[in-house]
Amino acid sequence: MMLWRRFASNRFALVCMIVIVLGLYVTGIFAPLLSPYVPTAQNLDAVAQGPSIAHWLGTDELGRDLLSRIIWGARTAAIVSIVAVSLSTIIGVVLGALSGYLGGWFDTLIMRVSDILFAFPSLLFVIFIAATVKPSAVRFVEQMEIAWGMRGLARSGIIDYFVVFTALSVIAWPGMARLIRGQVLSVKRMEYVAAAESIGASTYRIIFRHVLPNCLSPVLVAVSMGLGGAVMSESVLSYLGVGIQPPNASWGAMIWENSGEWRLHPHLIFIPGAVVAIVIFCFNFIGDGLNDALNPRNR
Amino acid sequence: MLVFIIRRLLWLPLVLLVVSFITYGLGFYGPGDPVEILLGQRTNPEVVERIRHEKGLDRPFIVQYGDFVWNALQGEFGESYKYRGQAVNELIAEKVWVSSQLGFVALVIAVVLGIPLGLLAAFKHGTWADTAVVGATLIFISVPSFIVAPILLWTLVSSLHLLPSAGWNGIFDLRLVMPALVMGIPPVAVITRQTRAAVLEVVAQDYVRTARSKGLYERVVVLRHILRNALIPVFTLIGLSMGGLVEGAFITETIFGIPGIGRLGFESITSRDYPVIMALTLLVATTYVLASLAVDIGYTFLDPRVRTD
Repeated sequence: MMLWRRFASNRFALVCMIVIVLGLYVTGIFAPLLSPYVPTAQNLDAVAQGPSIAHWLGTDELGRDLLSRIIWGARTAAIVSIVAVSLSTIIGVVLGALSGYLGGWFDTLIMRVSDILFAFPSLLFVIFIAATVKPSAVRFVEQMEIAWGMRGLARSGIIDYFVVFTALSVIAWPGMARLIRGQVLSVKRMEYVAAAESIGASTYRIIFRHVLPNCLSPVLVAVSMGLGGAVMSESVLSYLGVGIQPPNASWGAMIWENSGEWRLHPHLIFIPGAVVAIVIFCFNFIGDGLNDALNPRNR
Repeated sequence: MLVFIIRRLLWLPLVLLVVSFITYGLGFYGPGDPVEILLGQRTNPEVVERIRHEKGLDRPFIVQYGDFVWNALQGEFGESYKYRGQAVNELIAEKVWVSSQLGFVALVIAVVLGIPLGLLAAFKHGTWADTAVVGATLIFISVPSFIVAPILLWTLVSSLHLLPSAGWNGIFDLRLVMPALVMGIPPVAVITRQTRAAVLEVVAQDYVRTARSKGLYERVVVLRHILRNALIPVFTLIGLSMGGLVEGAFITETIFGIPGIGRLGFESITSRDYPVIMALTLLVATTYVLASLAVDIGYTFLDPRVRTD
């Protein structure tokens, strides 16, 4: 509660939080209700228009309503950021905590693996994973469809999401693991941990009840920044054509689809661009605000 | 010290081995048949089989990978699938030169803008200048380069007609300005923030108060006591931001049509040009490991408190 009050005393960070919660997550969840048009519906009588009463943000080259696509893009960004960050946080926290607490060969192994993943050029790696994992995933899902008599799953675009989640989590967990490990190393020397050990608490209990809860504050900051990072990475991947595929809406893909038009209709790029930038900015600002609230001495 | 360097250098081949194994595996089991890429879609199966056999592509994974490692050890990465007849080495060598020029300029922009801005924010801590700089850096970090690029294109090229639009003509050409800015701006923000944070931390230290109370000139206090200590972590960051520049190169070079390794990397992935992908991944991984080693070594010189053992 102290934390929340300190965080909320930074008005701008609070505004950013409201923007994110309403603008990204609530909009994402209620996208089907909120969007005025079907995001894939083409109206060829109204192609590449500027903002008007009928189309608040105008239409793209295919006559699709820009506002509706932005709203559905929010859904994509919301799903990707939550799932990818949850995955990488869970993997990172568990491996980092074990590695910091247990030490020894396990620690060495995890740290070496993360060293290696750090040495990979991450964007190249993500693009490469996205490009190589996808066909196998498609094949797998198609076989599943045949086996279970389902239809349309492989074409629904669900695989694109799965591929993006995998790619983003694979590169993001080592950073989280290192952060947690460093925290655990300092917390495990605390007296209450020694006390827990001396009364014979199990390793599992010590890690998850005593050590981890006291390491979580930097994780909060990292998660906030990570959510912004995931939104950024998703839009980069989709921009480069290896992320979410059309006709599913993604802000990055929208920028790419309209990038041939930057001279004639700059708003088609600037609006999704501004939306991405505002969302990432808000996440970073929330992260900054949390950091200040957690470490009041640094202000 | 020497032991430390040697141990770290011994680590390099292991990293490269694992990196190459993963990348090779992803490529091997991933989509796209190299022979089909070479020949195009319409070929008769017999020819495909013959070429597959000639190129040794019908052998088991581990044999092919061993072969790759053996050739790579001799500095031989084979021929590009996409640019037929071009050795991967030559292809990459010329692009590396272009990219390193671009990266160098971007890094200079980042350092020349970042450090002074960070110092400004820290020494004017709590004033509007501080707030403005911190706000601006957050914006710089938040705007992805594929958005900055069209904005710059639209303002500087299409509206104001200040700069030529795209392409590459060496380091002393106006066309360099925009891509270098696009790549340099995110690290500017990171360096500024780090400089600010480091200076603020050092200013509060006892030895700074001692220096002031000894009656030293403010200039001496700032240069000798504050900056010398505050810039050490900044130095680390500059070393590590080289990795970030490689990332930036992917998007920037693709957008501005610059013939560097970023664009080559993206092209090679989309066209499944595996020999090029392999060579590039290893190149970047080597650079990363060496850069972080250089940072660690530099650290021990800059900050005698850091011990390597």
